Amino acid sequence: MPYQSGREAFMQGVRALIPLSPGVVPFGLLTGVMAINMGMSPGTTMGMTLLFYSGSAQMVALQLLHTGVVPLAIVVTALVINLRFIMYSASLAPHLHHLPRRWTWPLSYMLSDQSYALCSLKLSSGELGQFAHHYYAGTASAMWLSWQLSVLAGIYLGASIPETWSLSFAIPLSFLALLVPGIRSAASLAAASAGGLIAVLAVNMPYNLGLITASIGGVMAGLLIESVRKRPLSDALTHDVERETP
Amino acid sequence: MSDLALWGVFLAAGLGTFAMRLSFVELYGRLRIPSVLSRALLYVPASVLAALVLPAVVYPNGQGEFVLNNPQIPAAIIAAWVAWQTRNTVLTLAVGMGGLWLFRFFGV
Repeated sequence: MPYQSGREAFMQGVRALIPLSPGVVPFGLLTGVMAINMGMSPGTTMGMTLLFYSGSAQMVALQLLHTGVVPLAIVVTALVINLRFIMYSASLAPHLHHLPRRWTWPLSYMLSDQSYALCSLKLSSGELGQFAHHYYAGTASAMWLSWQLSVLAGIYLGASIPETWSLSFAIPLSFLALLVPGIRSAASLAAASAGGLIAVLAVNMPYNLGLITASIGGVMAGLLIESVRKRPLSDALTHDVERETP
Repeated sequence: MSDLALWGVFLAAGLGTFAMRLSFVELYGRLRIPSVLSRALLYVPASVLAALVLPAVVYPNGQGEFVLNNPQIPAAIIAAWVAWQTRNTVLTLAVGMGGLWLFRFFGV
């Protein structure tokens, strides 16, 4: 349905994001809590949150700071985690590139998994009409605000959580919560298994190279399984059927 | 790490992330992703996240030494199962942390 005004489209975007916030707020709280527990000041934590505006990359950076990895490796790893934004950017570009920079720069900065997921299909179908970018801006600003506020709340919560709770284990757990539902095919399972195993074996490589090696290995395993499964798919299917019939 | 290095890391990661988000919007029509790369990008999250989770669970001290008496391993397995069944972040965190405290308490 096309919207009558930019304001209406913006508010609809905000409303569309609200149901997603229960998945966002706990992760933001945890990010704030973790940063404070690692001895970071509230100002530094908010500075990091504003500059990154990316929960998983920020968690990864915190985890690597915690284990004492060299700065360059932290930057590289955070950027690798965020490579997906290049794909999002490519997919939104046809709908946003005609806008002036005072629109495109803030909208690009606020690009997130959530607002991309909400808008990509609607933008390409054209159903949003001439105020489509207002709708996207609504989802993106609502997401940005809920993220910043939940990290800020986590900062004030963090000071009251004792060390003995071993809360640092919550970081790998939160990655697990992101990872497991994302495994939807044999190829992504292969990517995850190879990535995880190589990382465990290569943990003593210097400069955090183990993580980079493992990531590349995992991606290659994913591509390999994808191409193996694609070609002889019909063969494999008939074989399975034959084996299952007694 | 010194404060200066810390802010250097934040600034570099932040600007790099912004550049990736802006890339195609800014350079529309002048930039194309090769198809192999866009297929490869699909597997980056699974691969990187697994590469972060497994060592953090298996080596609790962060030094790459394997510890036999490690309550993180059973806790992570249960949390992974919960994540698989429910796809719920909060529940995964709660069960994982609860499992860790429980296994540590009983000295698993």
